[in-house]
Amino acid sequence: MRFTKDHEWVVVEDGVATVGITAYAAEQLGDVVFVETPDVGKTVAQGEGFAVVESVKAASDVYAPVSGEVVETNAGLGDSPETVNADPEQGGWFARVRLSDPAQVEALMDRAAYDAYLGTL
Amino acid sequence: MRYLPLTADDRHQMLAVIGAESIDALFVDVPASAVLPGPVDLPRVAGEIEVERELSALAARNRAAGSGPFFCGAGAYRHHVPATVDHIIQRSEFLTSYTPYQPEIAQGTLQVLFEFQTQVAALTGMEVANASLYDGSTAAAEAVMMASRVTRRGHAILSGGVHPHYVRTIETLAHVAGVTTERLAPAVDAEDAVIARITPQTACVVVQTPNIFGTATDVSKIAQAAHAAGALLIVVTTEAVSYGLLKSPGDMGADIAVAEGQSIGNALNFGGPYVGLFACREKLVRQAPGRLCGETVDADGRRGFVLTLSTREQHIRRDKATSNICTNSGLCALAFSIHMSLLGEQGLRRLALLNHQQALRTRDALASVPGVEILTRRFFNEFAVRLPVPAAEAVEALARRGVLAGVPYSRLAPEAGLEDVLLVCATETVTDDDINAFRLALTEVLS
Amino acid sequence: MSMNSVGRPTAPNSDAGTGAFASLTGGRGLLQDEALIFERDGWFKTGVDLPEPDLPADDLGDLVRQEAIGLPGLSEPEAMRHYVRLSQKNHAIDLALYPLGSCTMKHNPRLNEKLARLPGFADIHPLQPQSTVPGALELMDRLAHWLKTLTGMPAVALTPKAGAHGELCGILAIRAAHEARGDAARKVVLVPTSAHGTNPATAAFVGYTVREIAQTSDGRVDLADLEARLGPDVAAIMVTNPNTCGLFERDIVEIARLTHAAGAFFYCDGANFNAIVGRVRPGDLGVDAMHINLHKTFSTPHGGGGPGAGPVVLSEALAPFAPAPWLVHGPDGLALTEHETAEAGRAFGRMSAFHGQMGMFVRAYAYMRSHGADGLRQVAEDAVLNANYLKARLSDVMSPAFPDGPCMHEALFDDSWLEGTGVTTLDFAKAMIDEGFHPMTMYFPLVVHGAMLIEPTETESRQELDRFVEALRALAGAVRAGDVERFRGAPHLAPLRRLDETLAARKPRLRWRPEAVQTLAAE
Repeated sequence: MRFTKDHEWVVVEDGVATVGITAYAAEQLGDVVFVETPDVGKTVAQGEGFAVVESVKAASDVYAPVSGEVVETNAGLGDSPETVNADPEQGGWFARVRLSDPAQVEALMDRAAYDAYLGTL
Repeated sequence: MRYLPLTADDRHQMLAVIGAESIDALFVDVPASAVLPGPVDLPRVAGEIEVERELSALAARNRAAGSGPFFCGAGAYRHHVPATVDHIIQRSEFLTSYTPYQPEIAQGTLQVLFEFQTQVAALTGMEVANASLYDGSTAAAEAVMMASRVTRRGHAILSGGVHPHYVRTIETLAHVAGVTTERLAPAVDAEDAVIARITPQTACVVVQTPNIFGTATDVSKIAQAAHAAGALLIVVTTEAVSYGLLKSPGDMGADIAVAEGQSIGNALNFGGPYVGLFACREKLVRQAPGRLCGETVDADGRRGFVLTLSTREQHIRRDKATSNICTNSGLCALAFSIHMSLLGEQGLRRLALLNHQQALRTRDALASVPGVEILTRRFFNEFAVRLPVPAAEAVEALARRGVLAGVPYSRLAPEAGLEDVLLVCATETVTDDDINAFRLALTEVLS
Repeated sequence: MSMNSVGRPTAPNSDAGTGAFASLTGGRGLLQDEALIFERDGWFKTGVDLPEPDLPADDLGDLVRQEAIGLPGLSEPEAMRHYVRLSQKNHAIDLALYPLGSCTMKHNPRLNEKLARLPGFADIHPLQPQSTVPGALELMDRLAHWLKTLTGMPAVALTPKAGAHGELCGILAIRAAHEARGDAARKVVLVPTSAHGTNPATAAFVGYTVREIAQTSDGRVDLADLEARLGPDVAAIMVTNPNTCGLFERDIVEIARLTHAAGAFFYCDGANFNAIVGRVRPGDLGVDAMHINLHKTFSTPHGGGGPGAGPVVLSEALAPFAPAPWLVHGPDGLALTEHETAEAGRAFGRMSAFHGQMGMFVRAYAYMRSHGADGLRQVAEDAVLNANYLKARLSDVMSPAFPDGPCMHEALFDDSWLEGTGVTTLDFAKAMIDEGFHPMTMYFPLVVHGAMLIEPTETESRQELDRFVEALRALAGAVRAGDVERFRGAPHLAPLRRLDETLAARKPRLRWRPEAVQTLAAE
């Protein structure tokens, strides 16, 4: 699992990245009430806003941690946005992206680096 | 001054508590160049007697609708409002409360809004409605913006039956938001003409029923054509009482229904304040403008209501909000909801039938006047006639004879070249004697 | 003597007991639970007696609605009870001080209500011949004269229907003015971080890119940052003055000068005009456009969230672009020009169907007329005095966000004094309800942590201010004493306890669902 400074995580399998927000981010946001995921088929560029996560009092953009084409989104979040709080780094995933530049993943932080980064916040 | 409780002694002592020498010391941050040395050049404090005298004199110079035969509509309608409505909306707890941001002590307002939203959804035949917008015209403009967000397209088609002032309101906003608009030529049976204009770039089609000429239209075919092209259908209604008799926008396939709600519970007020009704399909609600009230429970599990889905709104989303709107038309929505509750389904249907009946009688009376041509075939409570003289002149001549005869179309759209068209409306407040007086006066004016 | 031994006892029972008590039927004494109108037996009721129609509607054919609409009715006594019971669950300015900062909850004179209901104002149609409404046009003109005189501005657009609608009107006029100059490169609107959300929302709605201006540590616009951001791409700045921290922008004249030097316009958010009305004219500060919330400064009722009214005063440079309709003084007296025409000027369009919030114009004019120029000046002075009095009396127990110098009409506190107590701003505010007061504005402006913005207005007596101060001081004492439960569970004494907003947003239920009507339709 790799991480960004904007608190997204990425897990890559067969050239497809599963993307979500970290436990730290979910904790900071508070109770998540709605997730707006991108349309399947959309091409996203690294760093671009591609999803929105809403709590009662805030709406936050989620930035694409990698570039590629969205191949699947987490339909379960529609009825159960609370999964993002309950299981942020697994069941609460947002979307799957077919990587257009796999090298981008290598440049992201690993768990130790991310934890160290959190320590600086 | 009767509204200011502090005495000179209070002010003196309070300044001492603050540790300020004078009031001027509290305004120390104001640049010296901008400090006014004394009161501006306007009259001084006035007692109730004086103020009432001045405003009563101004009011007396206006011809109140209720003072004689009255047939004006075209977006604002004179209906009877039960006395109960005005009593309730003047209760302190409704009149002098703020937006219900603290739900624990605003359940009165919130439950009313929840009931209002349900009433509006039922009337329009839509799944959900918001807590109201400023008025029908701004609701129509917001609907076009919303359709553009939903479809991610930037072109709107406006039928020639849409109220010309609504069209200008929509165009004003659309122009700056980068949404192009196409306004079709005014025509009595204008609505179906939009079908031929729909393209794959169309974000929405805006039609009105009953339209500005009074024509009631089944817009189902327009809905099908719009949906086939991936566009939304927005149905505008300026006379909410018509919902009691006519098929609802939702029944005919509308995606967004907007209306002027003034007809129910609210006075004419020379154009405002009114109450905009806004309803849509549930799946679109996160793109909707304005406040929404929703049901929830409190810490003890008791049912209660709160403002919800607020992340759409400006106080949270700021420059990414669905609209800059920061208010609804709360007290007017309350008046609407009370009047609607008093009417109930039975009362509304009967009220609508009475309106239709008086309009039919007015049509028949005017049709008997030599030179008058009835233009609108199927209508609710207003219709268009062609006169052998400019309508604006006829209206002035009739006003001198004590009859407020309607609205010349040219007053709404001077550029349209329809100077001889008069829009006539009859509600339940019109009596058979009024109709007769209109007929006689018009005969006189035209002879 | 004769002894009446059957009368009622007149003292409480000695064994009456104290403490928690639940009624047998779930209500709280005279405060009744009230079912929704849809949950009553009103599907066939009506509270309006109308004559039987005697013509059929068969000319409308298939346009006629066939199915049930789904609207319950109430008889008149039931309606009265329903709404009166609901009303009793609301707090109101007529009940107690309502200290919502930035919202200006002041007394609403009932004379204004009475006058707005005169048939000559309430029962006139926006499109009846202008020759039949000279008094209405005269009232609008007098209101316009007062607004222009009080602000020192040459023109006013009356039609905007609320503050945010006024912002839209002002920004549209600015945009039109730039376009008329052929200056299409200006795409940016600068807004301070502390601004109302409507400012960036309005600018973005009109297609501008919003950039934030930094704030200084004393709560004002950072001039150096403003100067750095001003350039040929900036169309306007939007600054609230007095600002949302309750402070007067000391450098306002310089802000205006820099803005104009950069070719941009200065939009002033006039939400807080009540702090300076009669003492300072925005026109003297270099403002190009400012909306006036008639429901704040000039006391038209808030009505549970509207209707508002937001006329916009405009400088000479912007006046030609004001929207239709507008008043003109002609040879035959006053008239409304209702359409943009080549002769009429360069109006940017139309804000709404008719002429604006006439009902609010009547109320606001009556309010101004009652106060007069001297009374309005006193309004600003008393509003500022009351706010500074609260600040002075609360600063030793709470933490003022900007302790140095006076505030204007509202006093801003942060939550540093709550740190480590287990009580949040929200908890503290909700506990105020148990003491009989509406909470202050919370968590706004965004630039102050855990903000508590208190605006008493000028219509509070010293006695009521003291009552409020004593309540807040007592609560602050309870915080320090560690009585956390009082706050975490608050409110305890309101019609409802704290509501679950998360549930409302996750599972939106925006209307009552008509199972009952479906059953009815099936029958």
